[in-house]
Amino acid sequence: MKCRTCREPAIIDLPRHNANFCAEHFLQLCRRQVAKAIHDHEMFTASDRILVAVSGGKDSLAVWDLLVDLGYRADGLYIALGIGEYSDESRGYAERFAAERGLVLNVVSLREEYGYDVPTAAKATGRVPCSACGMSKRHLFDKAALDGGYDVVVTGHNLDDEAAVLFGNALRWDVEYLARQLPVLPARHGFPRKVKPLIRLTEREMAAWCVVRGIDYIIEECPMAVGNRHLGYKEALNALEEKSPGTKASYYLGFLDRMAPLLAELAATGADSVRPCARCGAATGVADEHAVDGEIVCAFCRLVERSAAHAPVSVDLVRKKSRAERRATMEVEAR
Amino acid sequence: MKVILRNPRREIVIDGRRRVHALLAELDLTREGHLVIRNGTLVPGDAELDRDDVIEIRPVISGGA
Ligand code: SF4
Ligand SMILES: [Zn+2]
Ligand SMILES: [Zn+2]
Repeated sequence: MKCRTCREPAIIDLPRHNANFCAEHFLQLCRRQVAKAIHDHEMFTASDRILVAVSGGKDSLAVWDLLVDLGYRADGLYIALGIGEYSDESRGYAERFAAERGLVLNVVSLREEYGYDVPTAAKATGRVPCSACGMSKRHLFDKAALDGGYDVVVTGHNLDDEAAVLFGNALRWDVEYLARQLPVLPARHGFPRKVKPLIRLTEREMAAWCVVRGIDYIIEECPMAVGNRHLGYKEALNALEEKSPGTKASYYLGFLDRMAPLLAELAATGADSVRPCARCGAATGVADEHAVDGEIVCAFCRLVERSAAHAPVSVDLVRKKSRAERRATMEVEAR
Repeated sequence: MKVILRNPRREIVIDGRRRVHALLAELDLTREGHLVIRNGTLVPGDAELDRDDVIEIRPVISGGA
């Protein structure tokens, strides 16, 4: 196989482009796709200060690398979630990436700064781990961006992520979520702008970016992700993609082009009024607010209160077991 | 050839030469969900893998929402 651009030996085949690329021209394709997403959706400019949500996984390290490579000013924020060994290891990848490149990585530890971790929050609040985790991350990224004077928060959501969420929202016809599933969430009072520069690139392309650029990232999965619905949607979409390359891109990018404009009015009505949380001052939407002794207290402060009061819970107690593990446990118990 | 699989990490040995896409098909792995790496370098679907190659097949799908 030869590179489409230079006819040198290829290192990757990209069926959705019906082409193969050498390392240099593969990187060029990725840069162009990111530049196009940033430009088309007016995500940010060279003078903006950018905060990248960094997990130590391929997507967040790739997007950080790409932005710096394209000449943007971007710092990272890593949140130590306290998910056992997975968290310790992923933090190491994030810190090494930043140190090797002389980039600024801020770290917030849930356990050290707020007295809880994700497994304990899940147990204490009865939420599924990803819900307790996602809520904590959203709150802390908003806070860090506002406190640190950043113009925009960048996340590493890629085409596969967005197509899978779109698929889930469409299966449920969750019209309000569909209306707001956009690559740019504008800033509104008390919330920073949030953008997704990787929407035009797949997971496989982002992993390949990391391999070619020599970026070490955590390959192991978060133990809380086992068997979640999101993963099932991705597999379903990839089965379609194998038969018909380009399906994911036409599904999601076609949604942005042709469907999202029809839902724009609905998206605007979702921008409800906000009031400050009496404890932390964070802007709190009407749907999230909750009066405690007559005061508005945000969902994050309520989660912290309940979780910090709870004895620490280990990862194994709250995570779902994979099918293979369940079978193994049943076999042991049957003996 | 020695083939390293991930999540969980394990190794298997495959006899003889193979093309990348044939190896993936044999292991029932999707092209869209994996990268194939030989000695630290990516290899495309039609590359021929040798008996004494060490190959990593790396899954690329993450589950986090
Ligand atoms: S998989 Fe769930 S628990 Fe794990 S990091 Fe992602 S959102 Fe958090
Ligand atoms: Zn080339
Ligand atoms: Zn609060």
